[in-house]
Amino acid sequence: MDSIAIELRGIDKSFGPVHANKNINLKVRKGTIHGVIGENGAGKSTLMSILYGFYQADSGEIHVDGKHISIRDPNAAIAAGIGMVHQHFMLVENFTVLENVMLGAEENQILNKGIAKARVELKRLEREYALEVNPDAVIEELPVGLQQRVEILKALYRRADILILDEPTGVLTPAEADHLFRVLEQLKSQGKTIILITHKLREIMAITDEVSVMRRGEMVATRTTAETSVEELAELMVGRRVLLRVEKGEAKPGDVRLSVDGLTVKDSRGVTMVDNVSFNLRAGEIVGIAGVAGNGQSELLEAISGIRRAVSGNVSLNGKAIDVTGHVDPKALRDRGLAHVPEDRHHVGLVLKFEECENAILGYHHDKRYLNGVFLNVDAIRRDAEQRIAEYDIRPPNARLKTANFSGGNQQKIVLAREMERGPDVLIIGQPTRGVDVGAIEFIHKRIIEMRDQGKAVLLVSVELDEIRALSDRILVMFAGRVVGERDPDATEGELGLLMAGVEGRKEAAE
Amino acid sequence: MSNPYAKLPAWVEYGLVPLINLAVAFLVAGLVVLLVGENPFEAAYHLINGAFGRGEYIGFTLYYATTFIFTGLAVAVAFHAGLFNIGGEGQAYVGGIGVALACLWLDQTMPWFVVFPLAIIGSAAFGAAWAFLPGWLQAKRGSHIVITTIMFNFIASSLMVYLLTRVLKPLGSMSPQTRTFAEGGQLPKLDWLLAIFGLDIGTAPFNVSFLLALVAALGVWLLIWRTKLGYEMRTMGHSPSAARYAGMSESRITVITMMISGALAGMMALNPIMGEQGRMQLDFVQGAGFVGIAVALMGRSHPAGIIPAAVLFGVLYQGGAEISFEMPSISRDMIVIIQGLVILFAGALENMFRPAITRLFSTSSRRAAVVAQTKGA
Ligand SMILES: Nc1ncnc2c1ncn2[C@@H]1O[C@H](COP(=O)(O)OP(=O)(O)OP(=O)(O)O)[C@@H](O)[C@H]1O
Ligand SMILES: [Mg+2]
Repeated sequence: MDSIAIELRGIDKSFGPVHANKNINLKVRKGTIHGVIGENGAGKSTLMSILYGFYQADSGEIHVDGKHISIRDPNAAIAAGIGMVHQHFMLVENFTVLENVMLGAEENQILNKGIAKARVELKRLEREYALEVNPDAVIEELPVGLQQRVEILKALYRRADILILDEPTGVLTPAEADHLFRVLEQLKSQGKTIILITHKLREIMAITDEVSVMRRGEMVATRTTAETSVEELAELMVGRRVLLRVEKGEAKPGDVRLSVDGLTVKDSRGVTMVDNVSFNLRAGEIVGIAGVAGNGQSELLEAISGIRRAVSGNVSLNGKAIDVTGHVDPKALRDRGLAHVPEDRHHVGLVLKFEECENAILGYHHDKRYLNGVFLNVDAIRRDAEQRIAEYDIRPPNARLKTANFSGGNQQKIVLAREMERGPDVLIIGQPTRGVDVGAIEFIHKRIIEMRDQGKAVLLVSVELDEIRALSDRILVMFAGRVVGERDPDATEGELGLLMAGVEGRKEAAE
Repeated sequence: MSNPYAKLPAWVEYGLVPLINLAVAFLVAGLVVLLVGENPFEAAYHLINGAFGRGEYIGFTLYYATTFIFTGLAVAVAFHAGLFNIGGEGQAYVGGIGVALACLWLDQTMPWFVVFPLAIIGSAAFGAAWAFLPGWLQAKRGSHIVITTIMFNFIASSLMVYLLTRVLKPLGSMSPQTRTFAEGGQLPKLDWLLAIFGLDIGTAPFNVSFLLALVAALGVWLLIWRTKLGYEMRTMGHSPSAARYAGMSESRITVITMMISGALAGMMALNPIMGEQGRMQLDFVQGAGFVGIAVALMGRSHPAGIIPAAVLFGVLYQGGAEISFEMPSISRDMIVIIQGLVILFAGALENMFRPAITRLFSTSSRRAAVVAQTKGA
């Protein structure tokens, strides 16, 4: 008979007026991978934070291995064999891998002995779970995929039997995600229990044994993965049928809105990130830029939107040049009809400590409708923010709530609403649906296509190949800073995949 | 999850938590008093009595508070833009030149209410100018403001010694100070304000610059939360990368913020120069610029917090003087220790008791919720 690793009974949690978890019951079988899905703000992260001792439930019980225990803080969770990999990593950036793994589990005041022991233990874990990483590498120099591996090692080092992963694949490339899943399978075969939160239903179908669905703070269903389908799960999550692929008509490209010619961008270390990139973007079309993360897409967007200075090249907006190699004022670009949804919403697109309505005007705070002379017109700002909240179904519908207290997907909607609702001529979007639930993805995709049909030009960067193929009218593939090919949206996944890996591209460039 | 502490009701957040911090600070201070063999209750009595015991004492307390409101606001404004202005001391000192010039020029021919506005402008202008340079150096050359403002404190101090011994000193006088101003260069006291409460101001120098300080506090609130500039300052303070994305000019905001901060620090000079001594003396700032840092920290950089924090430090100054007068074995240095403890618990260790309080309140609110539920059913 299967035993139960974790049982939650009647967990309830409110943040002021927001009822984030309502009487949640959940059983997770030992030695399985258990998926948890749900809309943005459904309360998944909150529930896991309660299990990990970050928050205290207002009421309810936690049973681990059949024993009722109280988890007052993360130390208690670790003692109970629970480890967690957070949506946003919690590593010390300028420490080495080894130091991070040891942090808080040093055992001894004198570090030397502990370090030697930790090194041995880390080696053993690496071998056992195929989690290679150089113990002396400094965290900030590692790619995200490896940083995540360190988080997992950290949990295993503390002898976790139960591992919680909150949206682990949001930041990973497809190859990294594949590797992660192999690691999870391996852990499972060793008898570990895994709880996996994700918005990607494909991942749920591929790897979990069971899946639980949350909606608006409630646990609405638990299914055996083999007996359910993507369609059923989507419907359970949102409470209605969801179009997993948006419908769109033929594009009717018009005049060139944005033209990029020979653009080259270097990063702060002088490494060429964007290498002689040229393309045109026309009114009424969506151009998608596909590529594995880190191949220059971010720098390309930053250079066009005036945040990063380019080394050489010409860019023009509506036929007029932008001084990309000199000083660009992002405000002037906005006035000229360029809107930008940045990839990094936490550091660039939003000020997390601001109230929602304050973020709703970020970059547009010069707009006359929000000002009375030098003063802010607070009434107008709040009124507009409330209207956006209603249109974009941002939850909770409170324009005065601190932005950090919105769930990830709702934060994304705040940025999108701000940038889309002003009817720009050119919209450049980085990772529009990172960490966003299926219902919201449908909504965002529809909006993007609506923008196109209104004759706007859209430049879309995404590491989700599905998204690129669903939305784009033309696809450019970037590899190592260069555009290595252009394809139609009906190109096969395999073909694009090869280009993204730089295989086909080299041939093409040589010809 | 950026905020590990759950939200507390406002009265707990802004009332109870600072109060507990303060109580602990005084508890530890009491232990220190005990350590030197004195009675802490007697010391506490002298502190309270010395600050509030008579109309005159209250006048002194509020006189000091006025000074600290200005310097506290100065530090807070810079904080909001993510800048740490340690130069309030020097800016206030140089601000004194503006006050002195206005008074020396017009005190014999004009009434105070004509001289006062000019002195306000002068003090603000000189303070702003003194803060402009560090701001500009950071914006254009990347020299860190913490370092440059400290250096400018020293430069200000030497500059003022020069001015007060060579330039502004009346001929034939032996002391490094300006001549005493005529009536037009002296601010009226707020005796009528204390009289409303039936108090007698006595010799206390509590004067109209207190009202100016309150206006300045309101102005800072408007600036930070209700103007476009304040919005830009806060954006930069929280996230420079978001400010860049939004098209805000970092160097412009840095320079303007520092000038506003310097202007506020400079206006502090009005209080001792026009309000108390009726002349500009050497070292009239007396560390108020540094106390402003503690006041801003304790007041959470919010004017509504800065005013009570400034009054608290006024109490410590005035009541502290009284303690060392009544209890000779407690020296002035002891008072500084007590002030240090207040800064430590109210500023640096601000979050020490928060987890416990949060836990307490989440349990009690849970109980309240249960009660509400049973009532509903
Ligand atoms: N510290 C907090 N203070 C106030 N409200 C909060 C806090 N943390 C979460 N919330 C609210 O609780 C609800 C649940 O949030 P949670 O982060 O658990 O959602 P989620 O299911 O993880 O969403 P996502 O998929 O977008 O990450 C949201 O409405 C959110 O705004
Ligand atoms: Mg979440």
